[in-house]
Amino acid sequence: MTPPGTSAAARALELPARASSPARREWVVFLRRLARRRTALFGLCVVVAVLVLAVAAPWVTSWDPIEQDIPSRLQAPGSVHASGRVHLLGTDHLGRDLLARIVFGARPALLVGFAAVAISGLLGLVLGLVSGYFGGRVDDVFMRLADIQLAFPFILLAIAVIGVLGPSLPVIIVVIGVSSWVVYARVVRSEVLSIREREFVQAAHALGVRDVRILLRHVLPNALTPWLVVATLDMARVIVIESALSFLGLGVQPPTPTWGGMLADGRVYISTAWWLATFPGLAILLTVLGINLFGDGLRDTLDPRLTV
Amino acid sequence: MRAYLVRRLAQSLLVLLGVSFVVFFILHLTGDPALVLLPPDATAQDIQEFREKMGFNDPFLVQYGRFLRGALRGDFGRSVRHDEPAFDLVAERLPATLELAGAALLIALALAIPAGIVSAVRRNSLVDYVSTVVALLGQSMPTFWLGIMLILVFSVRLSLLPSSGRGTLEHLVLPAITLGLFTTARITRLTRSGMLEVLNQDYIRTARAKGMADPPVVWKHALKNAAIPIVTIVGIELGTLLGGSVITETIFAWPGVGRLSVQAIYNRDYPVVQAAVFLLSTTFVVVNLVVDVLYTYLDPRIRLR
Repeated sequence: MTPPGTSAAARALELPARASSPARREWVVFLRRLARRRTALFGLCVVVAVLVLAVAAPWVTSWDPIEQDIPSRLQAPGSVHASGRVHLLGTDHLGRDLLARIVFGARPALLVGFAAVAISGLLGLVLGLVSGYFGGRVDDVFMRLADIQLAFPFILLAIAVIGVLGPSLPVIIVVIGVSSWVVYARVVRSEVLSIREREFVQAAHALGVRDVRILLRHVLPNALTPWLVVATLDMARVIVIESALSFLGLGVQPPTPTWGGMLADGRVYISTAWWLATFPGLAILLTVLGINLFGDGLRDTLDPRLTV
Repeated sequence: MRAYLVRRLAQSLLVLLGVSFVVFFILHLTGDPALVLLPPDATAQDIQEFREKMGFNDPFLVQYGRFLRGALRGDFGRSVRHDEPAFDLVAERLPATLELAGAALLIALALAIPAGIVSAVRRNSLVDYVSTVVALLGQSMPTFWLGIMLILVFSVRLSLLPSSGRGTLEHLVLPAITLGLFTTARITRLTRSGMLEVLNQDYIRTARAKGMADPPVVWKHALKNAAIPIVTIVGIELGTLLGGSVITETIFAWPGVGRLSVQAIYNRDYPVVQAAVFLLSTTFVVVNLVVDVLYTYLDPRIRLR
């Protein structure tokens, strides 16, 4: 069930290695199971496609996402530019190609997504490990902190903090990252609580292995599976938050294209140019849906009883 | 029971204390609250005088103590822009936000619970398939996009419903649907999985074996037990709704706390921001306390923990 964890345990027992190592075989089994879930596979394809588009943005489109072209503003999807090239999804109020901006807009969304998930994931992992393993007073303090964190309307707190510090990529990443650790900590903690009582941990204890080593070598690998599921699903949430912030004007600042910022522009022209608000939203929907489908599949394959 | 209540109440107070500290700390994030509160063109002398007047030169904990005493009396200072007590401004708009969140929750429950039950009972049917897809889309759709699309279709194209303001029931429809969709999706999925689990239990099989008809089995035996996780999530979802109101209110120009606080942030009107964050958080904590207490009636085992 748990590729990294069980493989470590298997290695410790020194199972006979045949053609491929046991760890390798675990992964193959896992990938086969995942591949059997068609929706998860579809989700993965969408995510990979968005990633590739974001990285290869300058080669995907020949239009510049920032340079203005006022004469051809608010052109409907499919209109042909004077140069003979087509604006497949139309142009915005400053004459910029909508498709180019959507493709480039994937960059801040994914960047914030990965970076914020890395911060909150690491934070939650450490707090959850310590909280679950040591218990007692430490656990009490961390879990009360979690309650306090959850009591805030997240988006309001985020915009208050960003409003004070000013919107910039690092600020946005840190604010989202620091305030999203709770889910990770709770899931890792509950996993650790049960791993702690298992024989191999007890055995390590009896042998006099230090706590830090037990945590890193024996507990951590087994707690990583649910963590990975949470991280995947959280990524979807973070991307929505990033676009919500840029929708409110508190995200990455113009002229850098962001999906949320494009939606905010589109809202102004809602009665004359429907495509401005429609397509960036579809980009968010598709990306988030892809991540959610993949995350659900990951959960059902790795840890069906996990409720996230 | 009493011990549980006391413990739960103490916990809530502790959480509120933490909330108050964070709200207080917002102003001190840049290191100098005077610079945050004063307009950018304030002179050095203005800043010095303002610091003296507001007590920003006092030790940090003294300032926090003063803030906490004020907060307990509902005193968060005066709004910089409206020249009114910040708390009053926020309190005036709280009913609008609660109305919107309440309507959204009502829609969510009215749609999600039947949909979840039918999906579970008629598993793999067309209804199940449709509701699963809709729930998935609902969970992946950004609120603000949904809001704009609803305006595009129902206000701009069809001219059926107003796109902004508050007043009549018609004004409530689009914002409530926008705010409620995510919660609807969540509760649908939860109800479905909860019901599926319960329907496989022995006592359901027993009831059926005794020849009990399908509807009473579903409604009396299964739903009662599947309701427990649903009640928990309703409390949590209220947090999502209160937070989500920030965006929904901005889109639909709904005169609630969320829109007020976004405007306050743009205007650097931080006393209002602090009051709003504090009031919304308090609402959330109180509702969750109530939910937890109600919960002990649904599931008496909780009290023993």
